[in-house]
Amino acid sequence: MADKSAIGSTDEPFEMVVDRSKIREFARATKSQNPAYVDDPEPVSEPTFLMSSAFWAPAGSSLFAKVGLDLRRILHGGQEFVFHGPPPAAGAKLTVTPRIEDIYEKEGKRGGTMTFVVTVQEFRDEKGNLVAESRSTVIETGRAPQKEG
Amino acid sequence: MAATWDGLAEGTKAESRSFGPLTRTDFVRYQGASGDFNPIHHDEEFAKSAGFPTVFSVGMLQAGILATFATDWLGAENVRRFAVQFREQVWPGDTLVCSGEVVKRYEEDGERKVDLELSCDREGGGTAIRGSATFVVA
Repeated sequence: MADKSAIGSTDEPFEMVVDRSKIREFARATKSQNPAYVDDPEPVSEPTFLMSSAFWAPAGSSLFAKVGLDLRRILHGGQEFVFHGPPPAAGAKLTVTPRIEDIYEKEGKRGGTMTFVVTVQEFRDEKGNLVAESRSTVIETGRAPQKEG
Repeated sequence: MAATWDGLAEGTKAESRSFGPLTRTDFVRYQGASGDFNPIHHDEEFAKSAGFPTVFSVGMLQAGILATFATDWLGAENVRRFAVQFREQVWPGDTLVCSGEVVKRYEEDGERKVDLELSCDREGGGTAIRGSATFVVA
């Protein structure tokens, strides 16, 4: 059972630098040959690029530990990226702040309670302006997942 | 090239596009790029021990492919929102078909914008991802 008192919890902010090599690598991995990612000397990042913040998060930081989910029963339900302008471009130095936005439950169609945990990462530029948000919905199923993202 | 405002009336559909068939190498390449190394997407023994017939794709890989489809259509710099909901799993050998439609065209804060509905479907199967997005249009 998830600990709803974790709503609003934040992790320590961490730095993330948007790197041109990583943008090229992401383009290849997502089957894009768009010159805006591959040829531009200061390319913008791809819509899902901010997933790679995983490489910048400090080891051991996990909001999920605060929620108390069973990691064998979780699956990725959905993901949303919001950009307050063009996506961050190569060279951008971002500060990432993770936060638990919501925790709620729904009855599953085939029995068992599903717990939804919504986490958000806020990305701010060097002036402190909010430039992007990445919102992840993770579902803890009542039984072993039959679908997974 | 990116579509124009006049060419993006509500109901306009992008030409659908196929990607794949996806391979285990595609899964691994995405895992390397994103930093998500869940072994269920590349370790056959691990996937079977968890009750799956074989490894399956990372949801965010097909999300990224759907994003590629959308940004090739309306421009990499123009995306302001991109969201996905995961439905069916994607397996090695699956070919994905991406499609999209303009569902709303409007002006907001001095910018012209379109909202899209997007879908990433498994050829011969069901829907892997339902997506939505907002792009500004020059």
